[in-house]
Amino acid sequence: MLRLEDLVKHYGGLAATDHLCLEIAAGELHAIIGPNGAGKSTLIGQLSGEIRPDQGRIVFDGRDITREPVHRRALAGLGRSYQISSVFTEFSALENVILAVQARSGHSFRFWRRANTETQLVQPAQAALAAVGLSDLAQRSVASLAHGERRQLEIAMTLASKPKLLLLDEPMAGMSQAESAELTQRLATLKGSLTIVLVEHDMDTVFALADRVTVLVAGRTIATGTGAEIRADPGVRQAYLGEQEESW
Amino acid sequence: MAATAILLALAAVPPLCAALAQPYYLTLFARVMILGLAAMGLNLVLGFGGLVSFGHAMYIGVGAYAVGILDAHGVTGGLFHLAAALAAGAALACFVGTVCLLTRGIAFIMITLAFAQMVFFLAVGLKEYGGDDGLSISARSAFGPLHLDDPTILYYAIFAVLLLTLLAGHRLVHSRFGMVLRGAKLNERRMAALGFPVRRYQLTAYVISALVCVLSGFLLANLTRFVSPAYMQWQVSGELIVMAVLGGTATVLGPLVGAAILLLIEEALAAFAMGLPVGVEEFVRDHRLGALGLLIVLAAVGMRRGVYGALAPSAH
Amino acid sequence: MSVIVLLTQLLNGVQLGVLLFLLSAGLTLVFGIMNFINLSHGSLYMLGAYFGAAAYTATGSFLLAVVAATGGSLLLGLIVERVALARLYAREHLDQVLATFGLILIFNEVARVTWGPSSVYIDVPGTLVGAVDLLGLSYPRYRLFIIGVGVAVAVALYLLIHRTRLGMLIRAGASVPTMVGALGVNLARLNALVFALGAALAGLAGLLAAPLMSVQPGMGEPILIVALVVIVTGGIGSIRGAFYGALIVGIVDTVGRAFLPELLRLMLSPSLARAAGPALASMLIYLVMAGVLALRPQGLFPVKHG
Repeated sequence: MLRLEDLVKHYGGLAATDHLCLEIAAGELHAIIGPNGAGKSTLIGQLSGEIRPDQGRIVFDGRDITREPVHRRALAGLGRSYQISSVFTEFSALENVILAVQARSGHSFRFWRRANTETQLVQPAQAALAAVGLSDLAQRSVASLAHGERRQLEIAMTLASKPKLLLLDEPMAGMSQAESAELTQRLATLKGSLTIVLVEHDMDTVFALADRVTVLVAGRTIATGTGAEIRADPGVRQAYLGEQEESW
Repeated sequence: MAATAILLALAAVPPLCAALAQPYYLTLFARVMILGLAAMGLNLVLGFGGLVSFGHAMYIGVGAYAVGILDAHGVTGGLFHLAAALAAGAALACFVGTVCLLTRGIAFIMITLAFAQMVFFLAVGLKEYGGDDGLSISARSAFGPLHLDDPTILYYAIFAVLLLTLLAGHRLVHSRFGMVLRGAKLNERRMAALGFPVRRYQLTAYVISALVCVLSGFLLANLTRFVSPAYMQWQVSGELIVMAVLGGTATVLGPLVGAAILLLIEEALAAFAMGLPVGVEEFVRDHRLGALGLLIVLAAVGMRRGVYGALAPSAH
Repeated sequence: MSVIVLLTQLLNGVQLGVLLFLLSAGLTLVFGIMNFINLSHGSLYMLGAYFGAAAYTATGSFLLAVVAATGGSLLLGLIVERVALARLYAREHLDQVLATFGLILIFNEVARVTWGPSSVYIDVPGTLVGAVDLLGLSYPRYRLFIIGVGVAVAVALYLLIHRTRLGMLIRAGASVPTMVGALGVNLARLNALVFALGAALAGLAGLLAAPLMSVQPGMGEPILIVALVVIVTGGIGSIRGAFYGALIVGIVDTVGRAFLPELLRLMLSPSLARAAGPALASMLIYLVMAGVLALRPQGLFPVKHG
């Protein structure tokens, strides 16, 4: 589904991504972990297209997307959520999801008809809201939603854009324990129906959900394997125990 | 409600002016509508697109000069004037917009200003067409039986253009296109991640907004029978921004209200007795621009939604 | 002969560039640190010229005029910053453009009320009258003085920014404002200080320009627009960018106006060249800026982030 070949990104003298190779199979939930400064954000940026690698290739769904801009990748089926919840606060919850549906239903050079009266936009949007349990709040302005509700809306938007691969960038950040447990459950139900790349600090979530885990240190992978394999890996233990003992 | 009242009031200006035998106010309100039209055009990118263009006066200039230059060559056909104005405006806006949209934020403000200054100096350099002093227009654009020389007909023609633009603007901001434009204002990065080629939509909005200003320039030249580089001074671009913000950038109609407030206050300070003591009144009249400046500063510091924005429900 | 003319025009360009630098230095820092767009900076330049001219006329001492111009605009800058502008730092650029546009109108009227609508002229101070012989090139002493002052200010600013704690904070503020705040520095006070410094330099520039041009209401706007071109071309927030940007803009503008019409005459018909020459010369700096921004949106010397 997604293949990174010898990816390199330098900032000044610092290698944020250092000859990185990674293969993600269709349908798996692949977690990427690593200590602070391991280059996770840079990697996500390169996957979604906001950062251009210096060298190497990114192949998605059989297609070289290394030089494609962000919106083309999104249309090709690479969806992403953001570390900081980034829904459109002036719009209603429904309108937020309508935008996501709209992105995938032809061009938007239509100037006359009200977008929120187009059935082909509204129906899928309502369905996506229902899937995350936000139907009741559809008409509410997002500015009035609680933090957890915004994150759910975020997921609804990502689902509505029907990605083949979902990039989740620290989806649990800033969530209460109950909220993150609920989200974990929701992700578990999504598992298998689409490919998910999960970048997450919360180790409980990672080991509960991931089919495979890749550990990133200083811009390279030091290990890839199942949760159990990663826990047992002496290299990983050393990399982590050195810096972030409390995470384990 | 407020919108209907404002439009009815504008429609009632010609008979009122006729009844009171005050033709001057017909011209004043025609100016209000024309500049309001330009401010509405600007507001498409400014208010709904979040792109602060500091150079839209140049499109007023393009519209006005199209009339002036064709007239100087003996072409009086209104459709020719209009077609030339819109074609020139669209070509310029496509080019300028493409370059400007490479930047964001303060750089965007400055580069739009730079292009407007270029066009301004170009007009100053057009010595055959009056250069710095501008150019008188021998005859208004001819539209068959529609005689723009009749002030009332001209007034209602401007009013009709205004109404159509309002309607189109109102439809546009709620359409798919409007959703994309407003979404990009709120969070451009996220829009790209959803799969929208954001810049293409912003460029389209920029061109549409420029064309509305071209239209306004075309009408202005027909109202004043005169064009000059002063139409595209940078201060005019600034005043358009003032009108949009004063009236309220979140609404389609707001900028028209802003234009009315700005022009009418200036007029009132200049023309009416305010009942102030002798001396003070003279002083305020002579230095009304300062009073206007004070008003603008207060509006910017204290008002978030504009005058009309505070009256009317927001567009969202 | 033409080499001498070229050299003279180059020096004139440097002299304009130096004035632009004085005006741009404070502006670019406020842009950089507070992400604040201040159109009324040109008014401080204008009022500095008026303060200086008044002091010079009253006392006959150019030194006192310098003190009045810089001190007056410094104080005024502080007041304006505290009373009006500080409220707008967190707002959108739109509100900032609007408020400072309004301030321009107010200050122009204040100048008109206080000093009248007609121009005020001041003479070049006695010791700086006449020309200097520069290896066979005769050049006005006063213009050379301006260049000297500008270079001295540039060096002083360089030392301030790279050698002092205040300078370190300013640099950090321009690249990562949040971090400076997190360090427990009073960002508001830092910015008021920078703003006042910028206002003083703008006032100084106004006074230095006064003997060359007339002092009149509205004199700040044309040069402010050019200063904005300088800042954006050089890179917002960068003193180095402002310095080189100012020199580039000053030289391009002066040399372009002096030689472009003649150059066009060689290539175009005389009538066309006469029409296009001055227009193109006025457009030149904007063309340069648009070109720079199209290729390097961050300007020529962007402040390094992170």
